[in-house]
Amino acid sequence: MPADRISLHPRALRVLARVGALAAMLWLAPAQAVDAPPAGEIAPTVAADPRLEADVQELAHKLRCLVCQNQSIAESNAPLALDLRNQVREQLAAGRSKQDVIDYLVARYGDFVLYEPPLKGITLLLWGGPSALLLAGIGWLAYRVRRRAVESAALTALSEAEHARAQALLAGGAPGDAPQSSANRESRS
Amino acid sequence: MKAKFLVPLFLFLGLAGFLAFGLTLNPREVPSPLIDKPAPAFSLARVDDPAQQFSLADMRGKVWLLNVWASWCVACRQEHPVLVDLARRNLVPVVGLNYKEVRGDGQLDARGMALDAETGLAVERARRWLGEHGNPYTLSVLDIDGRVGIDFGVYGVPETFLIDGNGKIRYKHIGPITPENLQQVILPKVEEVRRAG
Repeated sequence: MPADRISLHPRALRVLARVGALAAMLWLAPAQAVDAPPAGEIAPTVAADPRLEADVQELAHKLRCLVCQNQSIAESNAPLALDLRNQVREQLAAGRSKQDVIDYLVARYGDFVLYEPPLKGITLLLWGGPSALLLAGIGWLAYRVRRRAVESAALTALSEAEHARAQALLAGGAPGDAPQSSANRESRS
Repeated sequence: MKAKFLVPLFLFLGLAGFLAFGLTLNPREVPSPLIDKPAPAFSLARVDDPAQQFSLADMRGKVWLLNVWASWCVACRQEHPVLVDLARRNLVPVVGLNYKEVRGDGQLDARGMALDAETGLAVERARRWLGEHGNPYTLSVLDIDGRVGIDFGVYGVPETFLIDGNGKIRYKHIGPITPENLQQVILPKVEEVRRAG
């Protein structure tokens, strides 16, 4: 029984390792091929209206910087991120809605600029994958637990003969039973 | 069921396969959503004569390349001989989009610089660079603040767009063009677009 219980862990670990490796795959990037404009220390411009600036920041946090791909354009100080922040600020200041600005950038850079990819055919696996994995894991676990319960029930259940002998042993052991039980003990050791 | 011990091996092989495939991809190449869409219209000052404007409509009816470059861009230096060679062979006109010549240069502080002064400096720098390395461009235009670059979805220099006679973007090359890229991908695409339109 204990062996069976331990066997759960390596499998869980393997699943974890696989998920981890997939995650690693997403950011392990070959050397940079494109020359990004060198990062200059340009003072960030800020909108005078704090409400507008809050909107700009909120939107900027949802947009990916194309140069340093693991940062949003709010976090990145790459020149392109600065330019894009300025675009966002300008367009919002001009009275465009947040969705307009998002559409503007998606039309130019594709869904890749969105940190939250839209739900559509090609991203179904991306969105559904984690829950599918979780459900599969739960299903597999339930199956194992149920099977183990059945197996252990079969192992621990005593046959009628065993039952009778146990009764006899508990009752002090009849003389006629003694040789048989000692033989039995030897065979078990 | 006897081969159950092989399951981890197959899991590993599957994973290794995914990882190996991942290594062949370049995550820095973001596919452009502008392919087969009309190129964004622009009208910009020319490097050879900043008083004159060049606009997208001027190239109507021609299949041409728009190459994004800057004198501060190191990878452009690598690609430049390929463009010069292409120009010598006279196969397809190449228009240069000089991207943020002054403010894109990290070694230069362009803050507070007046636009006129910046344009003057950009023209001077661009001309000097073309003089040193050769000028493969039919003409180059100045994208001083990088706005046209954003319209084209430029996120690094160099980038090259293939534009057809109807002003549609048909192909985008990200990063420096190598002689192999030119022969095996770009020139065949040019031919294909010419035949189609």
